Amino acid sequence: MVAIIQGIGAATALSSSSSFDSKGFQLSTVKYFPERKATSFVVRSDGRLIPGSNLKARNVSGRLVTNAVAAKADTSATSTASKPGHELLLFEALREGLEEEMDRDPRVCVIGEDVGHYGGSYKVTKDLAPKYGDLRVLDTPIAENSFTGMAVGAAMTGLRPIVEGMNMGFLLLAYNQISNNCGMLHYTSGGQFTIPVVIRGPGGVGRQLGAEHSQRLESYFQSIPGIQMVACSTPYNAKGLMKAAIRSENPVILFEHVLLYNLKERIPDEEYVLSLEEAEMVRPGEHITILTYSRMRYHVMQAAKTLVNKGYDPEVIDIRSLKPFDLYTIGNSIKKTHRVLIVEECMRTGGIGASLTAAINENFHDYLDAPVMCLSSQDVPTPYAGTLEEWTVVQPAQIVTAVEQLCQ
Amino acid sequence: MASAISAMKILQPPPLPTTATSSPENLLFDPVKCNSSFFGSTHKLRFSSLKPSSSSHRRSTVVAVADVIKERKLNSSSSMVNLITKEECLELYEDMVLGRAFEDMCAQMYYRGKMFGFVHLYNGQEAVSTGFINLLKKEDYVCSTYRDHVHALSKGVPARAVMSELFGKTTGCCRGQGGSMHMFSKEHNLLGGFAFIGEGIPVATGAAFASKYRREVLKEADCDHVTVAFFGDGTCNNGQFFECLNMAALWKLPIIFVVENNLWAIGMSHLRATSDPEIWKKGPAFGMPGVHVDGMDVLKVREVAKEAIGRARRGEGPTLVECETYRFRGHSLADPDELRDPAEKAHYATRDPIMALKKYIIENNLVSEAELKAIEKEIDEVIEDAVEFADASPVPPRSQLLQNVFADPKGFGIGPDGKYRCEDPKFTEGTARV
Repeated sequence: MVAIIQGIGAATALSSSSSFDSKGFQLSTVKYFPERKATSFVVRSDGRLIPGSNLKARNVSGRLVTNAVAAKADTSATSTASKPGHELLLFEALREGLEEEMDRDPRVCVIGEDVGHYGGSYKVTKDLAPKYGDLRVLDTPIAENSFTGMAVGAAMTGLRPIVEGMNMGFLLLAYNQISNNCGMLHYTSGGQFTIPVVIRGPGGVGRQLGAEHSQRLESYFQSIPGIQMVACSTPYNAKGLMKAAIRSENPVILFEHVLLYNLKERIPDEEYVLSLEEAEMVRPGEHITILTYSRMRYHVMQAAKTLVNKGYDPEVIDIRSLKPFDLYTIGNSIKKTHRVLIVEECMRTGGIGASLTAAINENFHDYLDAPVMCLSSQDVPTPYAGTLEEWTVVQPAQIVTAVEQLCQ
Repeated sequence: MASAISAMKILQPPPLPTTATSSPENLLFDPVKCNSSFFGSTHKLRFSSLKPSSSSHRRSTVVAVADVIKERKLNSSSSMVNLITKEECLELYEDMVLGRAFEDMCAQMYYRGKMFGFVHLYNGQEAVSTGFINLLKKEDYVCSTYRDHVHALSKGVPARAVMSELFGKTTGCCRGQGGSMHMFSKEHNLLGGFAFIGEGIPVATGAAFASKYRREVLKEADCDHVTVAFFGDGTCNNGQFFECLNMAALWKLPIIFVVENNLWAIGMSHLRATSDPEIWKKGPAFGMPGVHVDGMDVLKVREVAKEAIGRARRGEGPTLVECETYRFRGHSLADPDELRDPAEKAHYATRDPIMALKKYIIENNLVSEAELKAIEKEIDEVIEDAVEFADASPVPPRSQLLQNVFADPKGFGIGPDGKYRCEDPKFTEGTARV
């Protein structure tokens, strides 16, 4: 299937039902990596289906294989291994995941501004308030710090709230509660209280939204002990991560991106939950490992198109779990390619890329043939002017240049 | 008592009677009855906003509770109005003496090097803690600040557990991980213990929200748990305070906001920090009753608490109670306490809540002095035992370092070898590289 975003690029997603835990998902299973084998397909740009031809033994996770190029794949071809599924947009996928979890557990509730009667600024909670009532989909006054703290208190006393930041940037106002209470209370109470909250919202650089609405908070929340951070990038992983985050006993921050809400994809009909700690293999390759997340995945995939035409074979991994890093998937890739490029939308200073670079250097130094290169956004408040904004974030051309540089 | 509390209805202030009557059923106001969703539809809001609110109705007469009790005493023709029974007064006395003795022992232990860091003692404010918490059920929630030892004790956390926590031992109520400012107890529904002022108030509001949610969404019909949030005068200038007053009144949450106004925020006098120092007035601004009470008199606090807790349990919404109280010691054990006027300290020393209750008990012949002495002796033994227990308890081992960071330790992630880090048995010692 094809998801087209205004010329940025697209990704095709394959789903293989055998490779997921659906209802069998147990939080107590710890090791489910090596045993899993999936039938995976690679869809070529001309629409031909090649069973596993490019995938040698390295397709370790085998969970989701996505093709590099924007192939207009026949939907029937890609889903021969699973039931047809249904097509939807990313925000609908989030809503589907949310609704399924609210049906499943009456303690799950949503708290945020305009989530109820308005249906959510990005329609993620559309129609949920009429269905579940004003108390389960709570429209709050504009008081981020307090209603996030309220969610923490409610979580401590038995509920499972989901806090929506209308824009991730607004959650800066809730930093006190997120850092001190969400992250720390389980520890300072000696393990007595759990805080199973999910904090989610759209962030990232949009289309000329101005500096304050274009923030990437993943770097600010990184150091808080006791929280997990994940970033979704496709309708498939959006739904899966939403469900996993809601079911997790830990506080989870789910980063969505303003520009990705209208991505379309076909996702399975049957229930599935993804792992919060694992990375996603987007395109297996041999020459270089490209680590990315959220919207930059699509810039990378567009650059990959160019790179493939130039004869390179990049391996693209969507790290998905921003905290903690999935060092197994990342490590296996580095051991194979020996070159790493990180492409992120975070700012240069102190971003996710900076932490990831440090982690890679510490753990896989012996396997590197070249220094880790990290492409991040410029350290600037995102300008309003379209041209300036374009130069703030990493563009596919820069990614191509970087790969060529690293692979010399 | 009902007359002491008045409220302004959110949409339509009712005419308020001014004479004091002591019948508890005489509610001063009609709760807004919403037959549809409790937030009201936009239709309702639009309609009522057209109604002119006449200025004469906006004035709410809030009578200070102290006056009413005095009034009642003067008015009653019989010799004494006994506000409490013998059993109750023994409970109250014991609870306050426990708080006082515990805090005095904390000071001793601190100066002997058994506990460290910031320790904030509650001497002088016992009436507030006892007055409110004694009326609560075990399932009700209490949310406190860093001055939380006595709130923990009143709520039922054993003195041993609190003392061990202060000593940093693994047998403490938070396994030694919280310390003086972070007392938590799931069993006794003590929600903390917060170091930053104001950050506990939203947590308390959340607990009250959960209580309402249980009743209305989960249909647990008998869930009428209330939450009491304690905080100080300094906190009343903080945004979280106002945001939570708004939300609690808006959704009629079963919560009582108790301001322990001891006039000082470390070295900042309340009068120097606040434009309008009468905190109880801020309640009606948000649509809830605001009450001022003498926080050095446990019986007065108890009367107000009964009404406020009753309101919350009946689903009528929150109350703001300002207790005028005083801390006999400095802000913390590290505070030299040089700014406060000795005359002020002396004045409040004469209003020591324990002395006041003792005097009341003796004067009304409720309990003999010997019995009171016996209670004091018993409490001393409890405290001694707590110290011995804490002394004898082990310090946390290294393996406890990373325990409890995550409820689900898979949150530490997957290591380079493909296994979850938490699968390594030595991981919690902090040896694994992340």
